[in-house]
Amino acid sequence: MERRGRAVIDPKVRQVGFVTPGEGTDLINLAIPLEQGANSPSPVLIPPVRINDGASVAPAKAAPMPVPSPTSRRHPTVDVNLPLVGLDEKAKEGKTKSLKERTSKAERRAAQEAQRAAKKAAEESGGSKPTKGDVGGTGASQKDSKASKGTHQKTNSAERRTSSSGKPADKGQEKEKKKDVPAPRMQFDDAERVAKAKKRSLVEQTETKNRVELFRHLPQFVHGTQLPSLESKFFQDESMHPHPAIYKVGLQYLTGDLVGGNARCVAMLMAFREMIQDYSTPPEKIFVRDLTQKINSHVSFLNTCRPLAISMGNAIKFLKTRVVNLAEELSEAEAKASLIAEIDRFIQEKILYADKEIVKHAVQKIRDGDVCLTYGSSCVVEMILLKAHEMGKKFRVVVVDSRPKLEGKRLLKRLLSEGLDCTYTYINAMSYIMQEVTRVFLGAASVLANGTVYSRVGTASVAMVAHAFSVPVMICCETYKFHERVQLDSITANELGNPDALVKVWGRRDLTDLEGWSPEDKHLQLLNLTYDATPSDYVAMVITELGMVPPSSVPVILREYRRELPG
Amino acid sequence: MGAMNFQVVVLAGGGGLSKKLIPLVSKDLPKALLPVGNRPLISYVLELLEASNIKDLIVVVAGDEAATQVENWISNAFDDRLNVEVVSVPEDHETADALRKISHRLTADDFLVVSGDLVSDVPLGAVAAAHRRQDAVVTALLCGRPKLNSSEGSTGGSSKDKTKLPVSDVIGLDSTHQHLLFLASSGQVEKELRMRRSLLRVAGNMEIRTDLVDAHLYAFKRVVVQEVLDSRPGIKCIKRDLVPFLIRSQLRLGSSPVTASVSEEGSDQPRGGSLENGVAAVSSLTDEVSTLLQRVCSIKPSPLKCCAYVASPGKFCARVNSLQAYGEVNRAVADEVIHLTGYKVSTHNNVVHETAATGSKTTVGPYCLVGEGSEMGDKCRIKRSVVGRHCRIGSNVTIVNSVIMDYVTIQDFCSIQSSVVCSNALLQERSSLKDCQVEASYQVEANQEYREEALVKKEKA
Repeated sequence: MERRGRAVIDPKVRQVGFVTPGEGTDLINLAIPLEQGANSPSPVLIPPVRINDGASVAPAKAAPMPVPSPTSRRHPTVDVNLPLVGLDEKAKEGKTKSLKERTSKAERRAAQEAQRAAKKAAEESGGSKPTKGDVGGTGASQKDSKASKGTHQKTNSAERRTSSSGKPADKGQEKEKKKDVPAPRMQFDDAERVAKAKKRSLVEQTETKNRVELFRHLPQFVHGTQLPSLESKFFQDESMHPHPAIYKVGLQYLTGDLVGGNARCVAMLMAFREMIQDYSTPPEKIFVRDLTQKINSHVSFLNTCRPLAISMGNAIKFLKTRVVNLAEELSEAEAKASLIAEIDRFIQEKILYADKEIVKHAVQKIRDGDVCLTYGSSCVVEMILLKAHEMGKKFRVVVVDSRPKLEGKRLLKRLLSEGLDCTYTYINAMSYIMQEVTRVFLGAASVLANGTVYSRVGTASVAMVAHAFSVPVMICCETYKFHERVQLDSITANELGNPDALVKVWGRRDLTDLEGWSPEDKHLQLLNLTYDATPSDYVAMVITELGMVPPSSVPVILREYRRELPG
Repeated sequence: MGAMNFQVVVLAGGGGLSKKLIPLVSKDLPKALLPVGNRPLISYVLELLEASNIKDLIVVVAGDEAATQVENWISNAFDDRLNVEVVSVPEDHETADALRKISHRLTADDFLVVSGDLVSDVPLGAVAAAHRRQDAVVTALLCGRPKLNSSEGSTGGSSKDKTKLPVSDVIGLDSTHQHLLFLASSGQVEKELRMRRSLLRVAGNMEIRTDLVDAHLYAFKRVVVQEVLDSRPGIKCIKRDLVPFLIRSQLRLGSSPVTASVSEEGSDQPRGGSLENGVAAVSSLTDEVSTLLQRVCSIKPSPLKCCAYVASPGKFCARVNSLQAYGEVNRAVADEVIHLTGYKVSTHNNVVHETAATGSKTTVGPYCLVGEGSEMGDKCRIKRSVVGRHCRIGSNVTIVNSVIMDYVTIQDFCSIQSSVVCSNALLQERSSLKDCQVEASYQVEANQEYREEALVKKEKA
């Protein structure tokens, strides 16, 4: 409560991308080992690193590091990628603690929901029905057993727990733990690693010399060097080359022909689909292994073309686990067919039908006389607005746009062609226009485990202004874009756009001050961020295909639906 | 088939076809083997392809005799490096006919058609990549018009040609310079340009350029082109008929079946089912899903399916398709794009083969090429010219802005300016040529002076 209250007054705003030295403490906090998560008051939402015996908890508690104010959002960026074993136990523990410390309403609600879900899962697993998570019903036995394992542990309680904390189990879990530590993201200020990565890369990249200090760990390449090098290798030997479909998608990412989270993800999946179709196991190789390796190399190729979005990472993870979990007795053709079916299913269920559902939910929130504001160009939001219009609702739309991409124009054009009443404005005018707005609908690239919304840069400002004017902010996001990562700022993970995009001012040819800027200039650095992080405080609701949930419930969805994905 | 599902076809022309290059080409010397910078013309294309890692290609030559010659030369020169298949087509076949003829050999998704008279250093991968990226039906390479060295005068060409610029193209591009909306050579364009209204409506606006030329290098989508070639026998020439046809009907060809039926001009063209199947995405997702997909994810590929790759200004791109161009390209090859020939440039900015012998007080200026075994007497002056192999050049000879092919004998006190002298020709003492073309094995009498003439043997003329 106290945290909520302070949200607007306190310059917590600054965490969204622009951390000032004064807030250095925050950065220090980031360095606190994760075990501290167990001590934070709202660990239900953010499952702490699995520690199942007292032995490992103890040192954490005794950690000499000063634990700062026990706000829940002080976790470093980590993929909280936990096995389910023991998680519920932890959750309970966390819950009691959090109750003690008078958690916020949202947190309590989430805790409740978590409990309920766990219970339900337990029941279902008892009846060996598919869990709620297994919408498609193809989660198959493995997943079920996995899920039930987690829940049994909770319900059957102590005996099982004690047995599992026996030595052999411990070993296994240690292994698991090792596996679960997420691979460190490539830090592009690490010269050695960069050099290494370059050797492997198909695309020749020249990194820009002069990057903004805080963002040196992010890749940024001299614009215009990647494409020619990629093109010149077009006719290279097949062994070196990515599959034509993948290559095409990569080129489209690189040139910016293909933008938008869903579009990129679908295009990528379709490319992989084609690749799998054309794939045949080379002699003396194992289908699963070789295909996984192929996929990996293709993913890294795509990644060099443009850093993959979080949602795409999820899709890839999905695909890879499906490959690994293929039943061994399947012939190659059958395996390929099943993978292709899986991809199709993913696209249909997780993206297309999810969007339909989101529209269904969100339309209810638009009433006659509303003024809906949206920022940038989100295809889901577009569908919502069009649908509401189709249903005959009388409302107005404010499209807020910003440089340099001016994506809102595309949205505006389509809305106008359908006959909606629109207002178009730049983000600069937001504080004025917000006075008349009654609803804010925003898209998202990802929603993270702490409820942070990771989206097109500018979204955070829109959400903040809306919050200040007490306008509800609704984020429309498919659950496949949710991610377990916890992120507090937009520095640790972001994407740097082409700095040259800032040089030219659209519609103002006379503003040529920056033209011909040289990247070598020591006094000038251009920063063109692509994403930013909106703290969950400013988000009233996340609209997913599963319904409308508060941002604090994101981890619940994540946990429940991770069972569908692999463990 | 090669990597990336691309095939390459080189249209190398033939003897009889290249009327514009008479008297330089003949039965004995097909256009493909015409020396440019002392190397056969086709070698430039082949090396360009090789530089792009293209190993397998089909070379189409008009005429059996020419085909044999070209094949012999290629197998000698590129024996171990390229896997070339030489196909001959009847001499009267135009380019589209030639494509029809080899249509059954094309199996890859896309293929590249390269004119054999192209001299360029544009990366072919870029064209192919642009083609792929935009999922185009055809992608044409466009390049800036080569500069004319007007100060130096031109080699050859009759008087009326000299004043006129080489045939240039009228090209319509959309605002992104990626899509091709119109293409015609200036000869075809009279007072007006005819455009389909639907095309303009989609494109929004069109930029008409005459400062670009079509390099006759196209990437085609195989299924579409084969279908078009089969269904419309009237299409004879790639540049004149096929590409304009594709451009005109690109909205229909490129779109998915749904939008195709909406389009207004579906009636006048035969449309086979296979065409659409080929064009539509490979996806076998259900119809519902794929339409949903288009709507939801705004993966709406541009309906414009004819693309252009505009070469960056620094790149060289020229075709040897006229006498004038022949002279230009020869000079360019000796000068700014010497790297295409692979010769080592001396400190004097010229290339004189080590076996070439020069007499005393003979000067070979910068931007000259002198082939192996050529001998020059005393006090010769050679400026901006290409001299072939084993030429005998007497004393006090001036050669400016000219191309001398192999085994040419030039006796003392001759003066050659802006001319082309073909192989085995003989120029007797004190003859003087300006803006002339001398046919192979022709004998120029002593003390004769010629201006702006094509010197051809009488019995032939």
